[in-house]
Amino acid sequence: MAEDRKAALVAAAGTRILVLDGAMGTMIQQLGLEEADFRGARFADWSHDLKGNNDLLTLTLPDSIADIHNAFLDAGADIIETNTFNANCISLADYGMEDLAREINYEAARLARAVVDGRQDGRLCWVAGAIGPTNRTASISPDVEDPAARNTDFDTLRAAYGEATEGLMDGGADIIIVETVFDTLNAKAALYAVEEVFEARRHRLPVIVSGTVVDLSGRTLSGQTPEAFWYSVRHVQPFAVGLNCALGAEQMRGFLTDMARVADTLVSAYPNAGLPNAFGGYDETPETTAHHLGAWARDGLVNLVGGCCGTTPAHIEAVADTVAGVRPRQPPRMEQRMRLAGLEPFVFPA
Amino acid sequence: MSERDARASARFINIGERTNVTGSAVFRRLIEAEDYEAALDIARRQVESGAQVIDINMDEGMLDSEHAMTVFLNMIAGEPDIARVPIMIDSSKWSVIEAGLKCVQGKAIVNSISLKEGEALFLDQARRLRRYGAATVVMAFDEEGQAETAERKFEICERCYRLLVDKADFPPEDIVFDPNIFAVATGMEEHDNYAVAFFEATRQIKAALPHAKVSGGLSNVSFAFRGNDAVREAMHAAFLYHAIPAGLDMAIVNAGRLPVYEDIPAPLREAVEDVLLNRHADATERLVALAEGYRGRSKDIAANLSWRELPVDERLSHALTQGVTEWIEEDVEEARLALGRPLAVIEGPLMAGMNRVGDLFAEGKMFLPQVVKSARVMKRAVAWLTPFLEAEKADAGPSSAGKVLLATVKGDVHDIGKNIVGVVLQCNNYEIVDLGVMTPAARILETARHESVDIIGLSGLITPSLDEMRFVAAEMTREGFDLPLLIGGATTSKAHTAVRIAPNYEGPLVHVTDASRAVGVVGALMSPERRDAFAREIDVEYERLREAHSQPSGRRPRATLKEARANHMETDWTVCRPSIPDAPGLHVFDGWDLATLVRYIDWQPFFAAWELAGRYPDILEDVAVGAAARSLHTDALAMLEQIVAEGWTQPRGAAGFWPANRDGADDIMLFADEARLEPLATLHTLRQQMQRGRQGRPNLALADFVAPPGVPDYVGVFAVTAGDGIEVRAHAFEAERDDYSAIMAKALGDRLAEAFAECLHERVRREIWGYAPDEQLTNEGLIAEDYRGIRPAPGYPACPDHTEKRTIFRLLDAERNAGMSLTESCAMVPAASVAGFYFAHPEARYFGVGRIDRDQVEDYARRKGMDAAETERWLAPNLAYNPS
Repeated sequence: MAEDRKAALVAAAGTRILVLDGAMGTMIQQLGLEEADFRGARFADWSHDLKGNNDLLTLTLPDSIADIHNAFLDAGADIIETNTFNANCISLADYGMEDLAREINYEAARLARAVVDGRQDGRLCWVAGAIGPTNRTASISPDVEDPAARNTDFDTLRAAYGEATEGLMDGGADIIIVETVFDTLNAKAALYAVEEVFEARRHRLPVIVSGTVVDLSGRTLSGQTPEAFWYSVRHVQPFAVGLNCALGAEQMRGFLTDMARVADTLVSAYPNAGLPNAFGGYDETPETTAHHLGAWARDGLVNLVGGCCGTTPAHIEAVADTVAGVRPRQPPRMEQRMRLAGLEPFVFPA
Repeated sequence: MSERDARASARFINIGERTNVTGSAVFRRLIEAEDYEAALDIARRQVESGAQVIDINMDEGMLDSEHAMTVFLNMIAGEPDIARVPIMIDSSKWSVIEAGLKCVQGKAIVNSISLKEGEALFLDQARRLRRYGAATVVMAFDEEGQAETAERKFEICERCYRLLVDKADFPPEDIVFDPNIFAVATGMEEHDNYAVAFFEATRQIKAALPHAKVSGGLSNVSFAFRGNDAVREAMHAAFLYHAIPAGLDMAIVNAGRLPVYEDIPAPLREAVEDVLLNRHADATERLVALAEGYRGRSKDIAANLSWRELPVDERLSHALTQGVTEWIEEDVEEARLALGRPLAVIEGPLMAGMNRVGDLFAEGKMFLPQVVKSARVMKRAVAWLTPFLEAEKADAGPSSAGKVLLATVKGDVHDIGKNIVGVVLQCNNYEIVDLGVMTPAARILETARHESVDIIGLSGLITPSLDEMRFVAAEMTREGFDLPLLIGGATTSKAHTAVRIAPNYEGPLVHVTDASRAVGVVGALMSPERRDAFAREIDVEYERLREAHSQPSGRRPRATLKEARANHMETDWTVCRPSIPDAPGLHVFDGWDLATLVRYIDWQPFFAAWELAGRYPDILEDVAVGAAARSLHTDALAMLEQIVAEGWTQPRGAAGFWPANRDGADDIMLFADEARLEPLATLHTLRQQMQRGRQGRPNLALADFVAPPGVPDYVGVFAVTAGDGIEVRAHAFEAERDDYSAIMAKALGDRLAEAFAECLHERVRREIWGYAPDEQLTNEGLIAEDYRGIRPAPGYPACPDHTEKRTIFRLLDAERNAGMSLTESCAMVPAASVAGFYFAHPEARYFGVGRIDRDQVEDYARRKGMDAAETERWLAPNLAYNPS
């Protein structure tokens, strides 16, 4: 069954542009939940404030999360992401919930699986198990006075990501998506862990790796160019690579183009709904988002599109409509050359 | 360049090799002293000079290599100008490789793995590399050892390839084979086929193993001909000629700068190929015989004189950029007759030529020695024209871009760097007023006013000069100067300039790291448009440095002196019995034979003095600077021959060995008598105060290498100089407007003094102290300090206090016995001198004292009977705190 879904995914990606869902966080925000909602009965006496712990809602308000998944599926999304962006023991430690990491990942994948399997519209859809970056970075010193210092390391991250991956796989995810990568070393630890879990289970899922370019200079937070980022994660032969979050579609296009030129795999992109306004909200209309993403699709830049912060089912519906029937990007054939990377790429001469 | 050479050089990957503790003693010492900041500078310089990948190696017995690799890679991650290139993680230990892989976000290349310890381990490592996402070098090395024959090389590589590709799912394009280039023509018959074996193995690898690359350390092949560059280069060129078609993809030699294969003289080429291709049984003998005839002949002397056919302005341009003086006077005269006026020659073709030199230098296509040679050509040309200019009564000469006053400050005698800066600025059309060495502040100010200079540059090599520079700056303020002030020299730093000098001076103040930077800085300061913005930028930067400096949290915490002393190096004196000198007391060496010193020369610092970075002898084959380095080396050897043959100078020196014991924790008392009743002198040493807790390493002081009272131990001191003849010659060259030779003479003088110290140390170990009578070391071994005992010098990291030289000079009566004296700042005269201590302890090693805290400075001052504030001045760069 799992193998069938994987084969169907590959086949679907060969014939059309697939649509990812929009922003889980934005949708949760619109529910206007209070502390008590987050706590539910189970965590009524929890030691920490829990408001804002969105990932916990999978346990305390599963129906609301299921509704959001359904809303995006109704809007035309082919792939929904689990509500697990911060569900790793490092980020959850902020709430004293590091021991719940596995359970949250497992339940979130199970919930999304149940939503997808319960659909009556006959469409085949997929669950992507989301792995966020954590709130720490392995390449950047937290102490300006001591550049060699780190507040996490490869092995700590690898263990945290491994646990999350196990939960997601056990819960029934079809895809693993390592997203919003601001530090490639974090991503490499995640991918190392994912590979370890695949090997232990003797079962591989398609992997999507999605970086985030944080400013107009076109670099990740840890300083890499999109091309260098690709060469640094290419060894896992991901199903797709791309960019998400941070800048809006308009600013993302150039960086995505740089990546699409050298990525000999599918390309995914799910930008924010423009740049945030003075209040941290997003004003870009569904039409504007769809206008940009439609142009990318027609210009052969993308294979998977969707939305990040600020995008609602209305945005996804507009995007799905505009990319429907557009031929998906054909990945280039890359010469077999050694491709190394620092912050910048280095391609071995032919 | 032929197509073949073009292909070779296009393929060449320049891998920065200097961040390697096994290859660079400088880097090793920095890492051992945990001076990672300075170690980063080495990495940065490599990237700046064009390295496409940097190799990091921390394989040193004394190091916690995993820790050093982690810290250094983490530091690099914070430096975008270094981290932009990929890293080569180089170690023979898997645990170090893995520690490195956990710190790099990019895709690295590992150097290396092999089948040495069997298939299972090899595959496991390959799979892990795959998961970390790294490429790898694979050595042709298996359970049986390194492969020497073509069959074995290919067999091992093929086996590795199949394992990697088929079993570890390793991308074939991420595999680089190193099938071992070994030396040929060694006289050992079994080595004769090594090159052939490499070619054959390369061919087979490329034919049978798709996408795999082949690499090799090319300089190995010609190892038997060290010192004979013409033959080595011919061997490298011929080796590539055969290896590239066979499939060699990269090598650690710059193919693009090798002689063109077709240009190698036919007899040499044939003899070299006979050896490489193993065509005759007596090929080695014939090449060895032929090689003698090529010794010292540089391929850079182009037999090709076709440029003499060019129009005169192009000939002048060629002469300037190539530094050829031979025809300069006749060419200048021809130009003068053609253009009619002498000034037109200067402002026309000569200026154009010098501008081109300036541009090439700025673009990194010319290097310092070449620029200094160009300046010599320019000066000759101007000298030829001067009488005509005077006859014409042309008001003054050509217009200059600005006037710069340069001086080595009072108390300091070192001026090589300053002179280089002067020459480079002259090449860029600045007028230089050079006040030489030991220049008092008053004279600097007076001259600056009198000559209406635009900029003042101060230079100094030794620590006390820092304080003198601060004084000059304060004097300039007092007298109302606001000219731009440049600070340079080995002891200076941007932080010191910002923190200690800038508060004393209102005008623009800039620290200049080296001659290459000087032109840009002076240009910016002379430009009316850029000057203010530039000065503001510097101000902001220095303000930031001052702020960072004033934050106590900005410093690594220090151990207290008490803690540091408690963590001194322990010696079990019941086991380690000190050696008694065979010939104790004072020894005077008057007129040491110059010729014996040549083989002790350590060339690396010589190239560094000319701002050519690289490890000797590899630098001679470096991608970027190889040609410049070879030409410089050839000129240096020629002058050295002259120095020896004509007896330019008389090396002199003295050394003494006395009973000694540790006195307290950190001092050493020397005695006049064996009974140790009559104290002769006390040596004061400083102790490391870095926090050592975690690493289990001691906080060293030189006193740790001497036994406490009760165990009879000894200490030696020495002072040697290349003699004052060098400076006499240098002045003569300057008078002839030949800065190149003047700087060369001084740089060689420094090397001879160091060689003297090395040579004398060897004699001390073998004969005078005599604890190592059977020691046999090559010069490489000496430079790598593969011997027992050390000779640390005051003013260097193990003993930063220059004033200890006064004790040495007194003990040796160096003034009378060696003709050496000290300035008020403890600089030695003549400048080409070395003085230091001898310690024979088997565990004695060089180390850096690093930063010390107030508790130690106060204690040290008390022990020395010196004022605390004065002590702080002498130790300024080593203070871990801001003195009040």
